[in-house]
Amino acid sequence: MTIQLVFLARLRERFGVSRERFPLTADINTVSAVLHTLRQRGGAFAEELAEGRAFRVAVNQDVVALDHPVKAGDEVAIFPPVTGG
Amino acid sequence: MTCIVRVQEADFDLGAEIKALRLGNPAIGAVASFIGCVRDMNEGDSVGLMYLEHYPGMTERELAKICAEASARWEIFDTLVIHRIGELKPLDQIVCVVVTSGHRGESFSACEFIMDFLKTRAPFWKRESTPHGERWVDARAKDDAAAERWKQ
Repeated sequence: MTIQLVFLARLRERFGVSRERFPLTADINTVSAVLHTLRQRGGAFAEELAEGRAFRVAVNQDVVALDHPVKAGDEVAIFPPVTGG
Repeated sequence: MTCIVRVQEADFDLGAEIKALRLGNPAIGAVASFIGCVRDMNEGDSVGLMYLEHYPGMTERELAKICAEASARWEIFDTLVIHRIGELKPLDQIVCVVVTSGHRGESFSACEFIMDFLKTRAPFWKRESTPHGERWVDARAKDDAAAERWKQ
């Protein structure tokens, strides 16, 4: 029971990792709960993912709200606001 | 009606792209296009090099969705979006959007709509090198406002 986390751009650099397998438990079933667990790592995770910081989350490549459910096998990407064009 | 999305390192030739889109369709009466280029200044600093990163897979999906939304909203024929990635320098072309339609109003509007949502929804990020070092470009509220006005 895992999801694939993907970190992009500035967040990938801050966290020092681009992808990781993340274990799901019974009480980790939303984007919010995943973020809460990541913040508990402290350091750049706590800082960059703090409430009120500007970042986006996509589940299976669609941007979602923080109460969106996550399930085993999902790809959950966390990234800064986009700056293309 | 075609919707073409390409994410590539290579440069592009707008003239050749438009020629290919129009080929054999005499119903096209209007072609609107936009090109975005790398500037040598940003936020008051000179910019030497720029690096464009994206989220492969989601980028193409999101751009195709934006083009589909434009096609649902206006009577248009074709949409083409090309966005470059990797290392770019001032004067380089970054992005182009082309829309074809029967009359000009639809392609003008759809082209601007696609560009406004590309800026706020397509997962690309710019990192630029300046005399003070490298930095990630921050998203701008002005771009959010530009996309927001299409919702009114």
